[in-house]
Amino acid sequence: MILNDEVQMLRRVPLFSGIDAGKLKLLAFASDRVSYREGQELFHQGDEGDAAYVVLSGVVDVYKEGPSGDEKIASTGSCSVVGEIAILCGTTRNATVKASTVVEALRIRKDCFLKVLSSCPRSMAETMRVMGERLATAH
Amino acid sequence: MEKSLARYIWDHTRPQQLFILLIVALSMIPYYMAFDLPKQIVNGPIQGTGFEQPGNTQLFMPIAFDLPFFGHVELFAGLPLERMPSLLALSLTFLVLVIINGLFKYFINTYKGRLGERLLRRIRYELVDRILRFPPRYFKHIKAGEVSSMVKDEVEPLGGFTADAFVQPALLGGQALTALVFIFIQHFWLGFIAFAMAAIQVGIIPRMRRRLIELGRERQLTARQLAGRVAEIVDGIGTIHAYDTSNYERADIAARLGRIFKIRYDIYQWKFLVKFLNNFLAQLTPFLFYCIGGYLTIVGKLDVGQLVAVINAYKELPGPLKELIDWELVRQDVQVKYEQVVEQFEADEMIAPEIQAIDAGNEPVLHHPLSTTNLLVDDDIGGRALEHVTVKIAPGETVAIIGTAASGGDRLAEALARVVWPAGGKVTAGDDDLFALPEAVTGRRISYASPEAYFFHGSLKDNLLYGLKHAPIEPAAYKGQAADQRKWDVLEARRSGNPDFDLNGNWIDLATLNANGKDGLFGAMMAVLDVVELSDDVLQLALHSSIAVNNDPDVAAQIVEMRHDLREELDRRDLNNLIVPFRDNEYNTEAPVAENLFFGMMPDPKASTKAIVKTPYFRNIMRESGLGTALFEMGKAIAESTVELFKDLPPDHPFFEQLTFMRAEEIPTYQHLLQKLRHNAAPSEEDRIALIKLSFFYVEPRHRFGVLDEKLMRKIVEVRHQFHANLPVELQAHIERYNPDAYLTSGTLVDNIVFGKLNHRFSDAISKLREIGGELLAKRPELYRALMALGLESNIGAGGRRLNNLQRLKLGLARALIRRSDYYIFNRAFSGVDHHLQEHIVEAALAFLAKSGDNPAVVWVLSNTPLAKHFKRVLAFDGGSLVEDGTYDTIVESGTVYKQLIA
Repeated sequence: MILNDEVQMLRRVPLFSGIDAGKLKLLAFASDRVSYREGQELFHQGDEGDAAYVVLSGVVDVYKEGPSGDEKIASTGSCSVVGEIAILCGTTRNATVKASTVVEALRIRKDCFLKVLSSCPRSMAETMRVMGERLATAH
Repeated sequence: MEKSLARYIWDHTRPQQLFILLIVALSMIPYYMAFDLPKQIVNGPIQGTGFEQPGNTQLFMPIAFDLPFFGHVELFAGLPLERMPSLLALSLTFLVLVIINGLFKYFINTYKGRLGERLLRRIRYELVDRILRFPPRYFKHIKAGEVSSMVKDEVEPLGGFTADAFVQPALLGGQALTALVFIFIQHFWLGFIAFAMAAIQVGIIPRMRRRLIELGRERQLTARQLAGRVAEIVDGIGTIHAYDTSNYERADIAARLGRIFKIRYDIYQWKFLVKFLNNFLAQLTPFLFYCIGGYLTIVGKLDVGQLVAVINAYKELPGPLKELIDWELVRQDVQVKYEQVVEQFEADEMIAPEIQAIDAGNEPVLHHPLSTTNLLVDDDIGGRALEHVTVKIAPGETVAIIGTAASGGDRLAEALARVVWPAGGKVTAGDDDLFALPEAVTGRRISYASPEAYFFHGSLKDNLLYGLKHAPIEPAAYKGQAADQRKWDVLEARRSGNPDFDLNGNWIDLATLNANGKDGLFGAMMAVLDVVELSDDVLQLALHSSIAVNNDPDVAAQIVEMRHDLREELDRRDLNNLIVPFRDNEYNTEAPVAENLFFGMMPDPKASTKAIVKTPYFRNIMRESGLGTALFEMGKAIAESTVELFKDLPPDHPFFEQLTFMRAEEIPTYQHLLQKLRHNAAPSEEDRIALIKLSFFYVEPRHRFGVLDEKLMRKIVEVRHQFHANLPVELQAHIERYNPDAYLTSGTLVDNIVFGKLNHRFSDAISKLREIGGELLAKRPELYRALMALGLESNIGAGGRRLNNLQRLKLGLARALIRRSDYYIFNRAFSGVDHHLQEHIVEAALAFLAKSGDNPAVVWVLSNTPLAKHFKRVLAFDGGSLVEDGTYDTIVESGTVYKQLIA
């Protein structure tokens, strides 16, 4: 998959829908393509948040620590973003994300992610919408 | 030390000085004979005096003289020779005398030089010896740079002066006196004039030069301070950068240099003024001779012959006189230098030499218990750091000292370890005063570690074993030339008053190792490295170093085996995508184009690549294979994509960090270049190279421009083979072709094991590989040992600065643990380390020492109070006093200090 294909995938991510293709390509270029084996963790609850991930293929599961160990609370697939909350809020990871299949993803580093989002008002609005949604489901 | 340099020199070189005086006197005989001979040659054979008739002969070299009481003595009647043979014989005699004079000169000079060098060696050694014996307090106000500049530079001229100290004045004085006497004989009053002028010269000039000497002293002081400041800048470079004070330092150095310049300039002014006066006085005498002598001749009181003889004799006077004055000047100068240095190396309470006497016996006995009575310790600013502390520590005890940072516990530890000297009270071992015991006892039976521990420039191993090197216990075995050299070394060392301890001998007695070194030195080192958890760091040091196959063929072979093991293991675990290996006929997708093309390890990739691409060999291959054109097109595509992506970004945008093959300021250049090419302009050679260079950095999975297809990859592999097929000899040093079965010397050990590119898509690749590598290494204990040995040889830099702080602390502890002692004193040895690790290491160290079988006592000043639970007894300090002393339980339950510290 080359940069242009990745851009096509990124366009389908709601968070990035308002960003022009040139910027998206730059974002894709500045990100790392990463692969995960089944069961491998993308990040762990409580870790410092240094990057967000866009799932390009495969499925990831989201776990939260509960009284009886980790509980799976969600599952998500291609064209979804995970790990952006910790970056936006500057907090630690509020959940653990694991690959449940073989996963290909784009790893977008914190400063790149914030820089691109801040350049686009529509993305900011979208971000706030997503955040609100997450907060609503969390409590 | 002796205050007067002349005395010092005389004391240490008396027989040699007398010997050289004798030799100089002897050398005068052929010297004057050589003066006389030319006259004989000219008058005799050349002008024909005594050979008026053909067949006349003259006696050659009759040796006969008249002695009182004996009458005429004739040793050699002489050889009657005719004119030509006589010329030849006299000329040959002249030649022989020239050679003899030369040899005398050669001998005298080398002898004098050697004498001076020996004395210099002696002085330098004595100075360093004194440094080793200074009381600890002294080091708080001296600068290392100043002291080393004194030892190195300031005493240097003393050596040169030594040889001339007595010979020169004797010789020159003799010459000057002879000339004066001769003038006196010719004419009393003229002689008197010469004498008076000489007296003025000898009297006034040195007086005037006193100012010069003063300036010289100032110059010496300022230069020494400069050396001290430069050393300070080097030591404090981190602080200077951190606080942006580099310009303050520049100003300081410039001011010092200015002062030194002024002093030096003053010296020049005086020096040449004095020189002028000296010359003037020397020339004044002939003026008086001409004037007064001429007058006396004219009025008939002196005949012309006498006047000419006087003037001729006077020619001989100024030379020696001037040199004598110069000598006097040098003498005063070195005397001042010497005094200055000696003054700096005087200290009260110098440690007696007996206390540091070498003892190879290694059976020192320290009496028990180690105790203090009313111990008082002052701090450096006049306060009291420790007040009347009385404490007893018996063998086998484990004692924790707790308290706040300045509560005095650390001072007690220092006093017990003999690092600080008490201001009052006593530290005793049994009934012996600890500070009166030889260091051979306390420095071995007591082991001390603190964060201030110093590491010496050298290998990790040198530093780890440093605390064991008390005395050479076994001389090194020397053979042949080395044995002669050693003999010479010993002899010379003794002649200069240096000790002849053999640095190459074995200084490590296995009996002084903890647990008696049952597993040998290496086993002991491994054990303590494990205790302080430094083994892994040592292993990493080894893995990131490179070895020469010739030196370690076994290690190299095993590393290649490890490489195969690793591949198999990765295959077995289905993790083989973590590494993309280098394969002869495959394109390595994770490696840049250039690496795929050159396909080899380079000792210095940047320089080697540069060297290779310049060669016609490489350029021909690129041209003929058509790869040059393909890469040019590829570079163009990369440039286009990059320019398109980045052209609108400000140069400080964070995305530029991701752009590894182009700098932000190069974007417009490439933009311009692409425009030019679009208008079908033919690219210049320079442009072609610039674009091909871009392609060299390209890694498809990382950059993902989609410009590298299967066909091009195949082409690159093809050209790779061509490139290596006839690689010219001069390029072979630059590149070592990847070969899965060979060790590559240009790479590190870890490069050789991995032998491929890490797949950057797997973020856990490194940790996974480390884990697997560790498991594989565990199966190869021999290789592990070899690697540890290699890691131990790594240089840790000046002051151990190549290690990080934690590693230094660990090494400091390990260095104490490896010694077999009765008392181990650890003074906040791990302050600043995270609590978990501290606890781990304290536990491990206590267990290790308990196991050693010597029942040693451990005193640990804790920076982390709760760790006291690992100790049987706790001493609590507050405000310089020992306030609580008891078992751990009592201190925790009924004491107050513990609770305060924990709160």
